[in-house]
Amino acid sequence: MTRGGGRGRAGGWGVVLTLLLAWLVLYPIVLLVVDGMHGDALRTFAARSGEWHALWASVWISLASVVLAAVIGVPLAFLFEWFEFPGRKVLGSLIALPAVLPPFVGVIAFLFLYGESGFAARFLQYLFRFQQAPWHLQGPGAILLVHAYSMYVYFYLFTRAGLARLDAATLEAAQALGASRWRTLTRVTLPLVRPSLAGAALLTFMTSLGSFSAPYVFGGGFRVMTTQIFASKQNGEMSVAMVETVALALVALAGLALLRRTEGDAILAGLGKGTAPRRRALRSPLVRLTTTLAGWGFAVLLLLPHATLILVSLVPYATWTTETLPPVLGLVNYGRLFAEPERLEPLVNSLWMAAASTAAAVALSLAAGWLVVRRRTALRRVIEGLLALPWALPGTVFAVALATAFSVSAPLQLRWVLVGTVMILPLAYFVRNLPVTGRAILAGYRQLDPALEEAAASLGAGPWRTLRRVTLPQLKPALAAGASLAFVGALGDFVTSILLYTYRNRPISMEINAALRVNEMGVAAAFGVVLMVVSAVVLGIGARR
Amino acid sequence: MGAEGGPFLVLDELQVRFSDTVTIGPVSLTIERGEILALLGPSGSGKTTLLRMLAGFERPDRGHVRVEGEDVTPVPPARRRVGMVFQHYALFPHLDVGENVAFGLEGREGGKGKGEAVAESLALVDLAGFERRKVQELSGGQQQRVALARALAPAPRVLALDEPLSNLDPSLRERTRRELRQLIKRIGITAVFVTHEQEEAFDLGDRVAVLNAGRLNQIGTPEELYERPANLFVGTFVGRANVLRGAAARALGAADGQVLLVRPEQLRLGAGGAGLSGVVAERRYTGAAAFFQVTLETGERVEVQAAPEAARVGEQVSVAATRTMCFADQGG
Repeated sequence: MTRGGGRGRAGGWGVVLTLLLAWLVLYPIVLLVVDGMHGDALRTFAARSGEWHALWASVWISLASVVLAAVIGVPLAFLFEWFEFPGRKVLGSLIALPAVLPPFVGVIAFLFLYGESGFAARFLQYLFRFQQAPWHLQGPGAILLVHAYSMYVYFYLFTRAGLARLDAATLEAAQALGASRWRTLTRVTLPLVRPSLAGAALLTFMTSLGSFSAPYVFGGGFRVMTTQIFASKQNGEMSVAMVETVALALVALAGLALLRRTEGDAILAGLGKGTAPRRRALRSPLVRLTTTLAGWGFAVLLLLPHATLILVSLVPYATWTTETLPPVLGLVNYGRLFAEPERLEPLVNSLWMAAASTAAAVALSLAAGWLVVRRRTALRRVIEGLLALPWALPGTVFAVALATAFSVSAPLQLRWVLVGTVMILPLAYFVRNLPVTGRAILAGYRQLDPALEEAAASLGAGPWRTLRRVTLPQLKPALAAGASLAFVGALGDFVTSILLYTYRNRPISMEINAALRVNEMGVAAAFGVVLMVVSAVVLGIGARR
Repeated sequence: MGAEGGPFLVLDELQVRFSDTVTIGPVSLTIERGEILALLGPSGSGKTTLLRMLAGFERPDRGHVRVEGEDVTPVPPARRRVGMVFQHYALFPHLDVGENVAFGLEGREGGKGKGEAVAESLALVDLAGFERRKVQELSGGQQQRVALARALAPAPRVLALDEPLSNLDPSLRERTRRELRQLIKRIGITAVFVTHEQEEAFDLGDRVAVLNAGRLNQIGTPEELYERPANLFVGTFVGRANVLRGAAARALGAADGQVLLVRPEQLRLGAGGAGLSGVVAERRYTGAAAFFQVTLETGERVEVQAAPEAARVGEQVSVAATRTMCFADQGG
């Protein structure tokens, strides 16, 4: 809606924002490629078979995670969207619970639950009088177990959303044309929800490709690319780490390009305006009972990690050795968490870094929303692309890229030494937050009727008052959703933190890691519970309408 | 205020270019104080753009907007003092009715209290006591009145309305139209509104400006437009009309190269004799009169308004004109 002078001014701001985003998001990647791609490191990388194994492991683990997550999530979505049975509503909301467990916290909960000295193993030992733990939770199987648990949620939520958008009349039309249930499902329903399935597959693939916590804790000798990069960096082989990072980035981009192509036309879902199919009650009592029992059983399975975490957090140090269940329970660990300044500090660190990085990402996304949607700046596609870029690359890639970019002092190249300072970690969180806040806020802006802002202007409100009184209140749901997701992501982050933290700004996840190393399971779990509760509360606030 | 005595509102050679093929203007017109002007035209004719330039949301590439002799072209909407009623009302959904109406009064101290001003504005549109209602709870007609009260509350110099009635039920529209006109006249505010419906423009406007393809074709009272259209477009867009070319047109008095326009009520049905002969193909009864579709011997079809019993379907008739309008034929 701007013309003449207005467009010129917006154009100027568009350039400023584009340059800022390019410096934050693109420049570190470019530097990583430029600095990393030199002969010696490349040769070292190519000559080691371990590197190729790790790269292949990353790919197949990610593909297997997609399959597993789909196998669990898609049928569940159909069950909850199409059928009515006792407890459907309660179970339907419980089923998204893995989302409140930050990846690393989920992993340690699995360790406490299914690890060789976890509850499950102890219980079986007790039951069958085994001399040793019945299994080792290690290797690809363990990683896939964690991935399936935490990522089926994507398929579940996406498929449900896709099914809810279906027009019942389309399915009725297929049946009226003589199609059997099976044919309707394969020829009509599934093609129509294909964009949702492809979206979930993409998200699962990218998440497991970037997954670090599970392979870090359960990998053992089995390396994927993210843990390989971390190991190289720990060994001081920064140049090899950079080549590995570029390789991982290439795999991510290839996966993104391939999966995008299968996404197809989003138009398919938006065709009809009808109502979703009505839920069918399960008639046969036997089927009803089985479904309900299976549903509740599944819910218990989902909640076990949360319960385990809480239980372990109540176990004082060195009071639980060979017993099946911990003999002593108390709040000692929580007391230490909040009473010892050494332990309280990481909590404060995580909170301020998550808050600051989220606030910055929200502010930048708001500016982007205004320029892209309202002013329709000529650079809008570039801005949107830059905002989404950190999502397309695993967290490890960004951490290494930022570490490369900000390890030298060259103000003329816009590079400063930030590595080893307190600032690098919140900066990394901030960049990682941009896709989430950007997506939410741009979508919110697009749904906002421009006439509302014009109405405010015609009533005498200047730009600031319009922003404060009309735009921001209208964007509140989008802001809350984007900000809460970003905050929770930064708060529970493990992969970026482990590569970039310093002692002075060590976040909760590093403290958990440290506690695990010295076998202070209770303290680690207590930190995990704190993260879980804060995440749940923040996500709850963010999802409120 | 406005002591010069010139026209109250002037749009002077306003022009804005959207692309190589789409240009609005240049358009010039003047509006007297207290007058209601309708901007009438088909979609894409530029009427909404013109209104938005008046309100300041669209910046013209060329030309000026003057209110009471003051050039307001560079003045942003927030300081232009043009009240706007939006097509979908654009009520703030997060504010209640009272807060919506008070929005334009914020930051203005002195005079009477804000609450009083809000109550007064709401009373004006027959919504006294609605302050604490949520806007989503209101009917379409009530929302429209809230939008009007909100636009009027800060005492603007000009009221701009973008298709103010298009969102209402057809059954409500006619009544709302009359009420809206009465209200605007009672306040005495100068008003410009956009519509694509001729009936609405005629009912609500003192004068009507007809726009087509970005150009002002004619401005005048409803009678002037209907009786003396400036061109074929205005003649056909304003009111029903038969358009005849060639032999049929010449038979009714048009010269070569002219196109003839005749309104259904300006045609008479007779049994044989002078005029064009044809057969009644259809008859549509509307109560006081009936519309007859007559297929002429020359192949054209004309619509004739006559007494309901003037003819029957299939009957051979002759059609004569009491009045016709001729224009140079631009083809098409």
